[in-house]
Amino acid sequence: MSAVELVAGAELATLSYTVTRADLAAYAEASGDHNPIHLDEDVARSVGLPGVIAHGMFTLALAARAVQEWAGEPGRVVEIGAKFTKPVVVPEGADGVVVHVAGKVRGVEDGRATLALTVTTGSGDDTVKVLGMPSAVLVPRA
Amino acid sequence: MVEQSLVGRTFAPSAAYVVTADRVAAFARATGTPWAQGDPAPATFPIVVAFTAMRSLMDDPEVGIELQRVVHGEQRFVYERPVVVGDTLTATLSVDTLRTLGGADVIGTTSAVNDADGALVCSARATLVHSPEVAS
Repeated sequence: MSAVELVAGAELATLSYTVTRADLAAYAEASGDHNPIHLDEDVARSVGLPGVIAHGMFTLALAARAVQEWAGEPGRVVEIGAKFTKPVVVPEGADGVVVHVAGKVRGVEDGRATLALTVTTGSGDDTVKVLGMPSAVLVPRA
Repeated sequence: MVEQSLVGRTFAPSAAYVVTADRVAAFARATGTPWAQGDPAPATFPIVVAFTAMRSLMDDPEVGIELQRVVHGEQRFVYERPVVVGDTLTATLSVDTLRTLGGADVIGTTSAVNDADGALVCSARATLVHSPEVAS
């Protein structure tokens, strides 16, 4: 995948990822975070959640995936982070939920590009921002 | 309530974690991140090590945190260099800040992720929100 030119003000093409409960189970294995609210509907509801929710870190990993795809190669991210503001509810089945990652280059200084991200679920009036102030910093291509 | 004396405390380093191709591939596959042998690990991969350091805070009976009442509020990584296969990493957690918000303890932490030579690979800053027991 070719890299996008990172100049101040540039809008990055929104990337959309489908998330299923099978993905959360695979992430629990890979990350070691086996909290059952990400795996078991009954447990999630028992603590007042509307259903199984994605790990916050899974959603942040999707944001990092988008940044890597825009960057065109791994290893350029020197900073990434967000607040976990809204749970991402993942319904049962192969359709799951779709997470959208949008980005804009806020500025470039000494070759380092700061990206402001917008990570959402839903569409139109039902759009929900699931991460608070997500951002990333990239160094130039190797 | 968590005691204010927790601020400034540094916990023992986590057990050494060896970054293998299998572990990175599994993480990349689970998150759909493009990854090939020889590539650096996906950007949020160090959470695997930082998470064990967070457990050392939450599992300490003197701290008085109940895991079930903890919500991950914020996470940020600042890298000195990418994580690569072959790294042996440890994470050492320090408590930076503690404040109360709406009856909950908001704990600001930094886990220093170091390589086998003791060099800093990345800083993982996490905010953990610990809610008090709610009368039912």
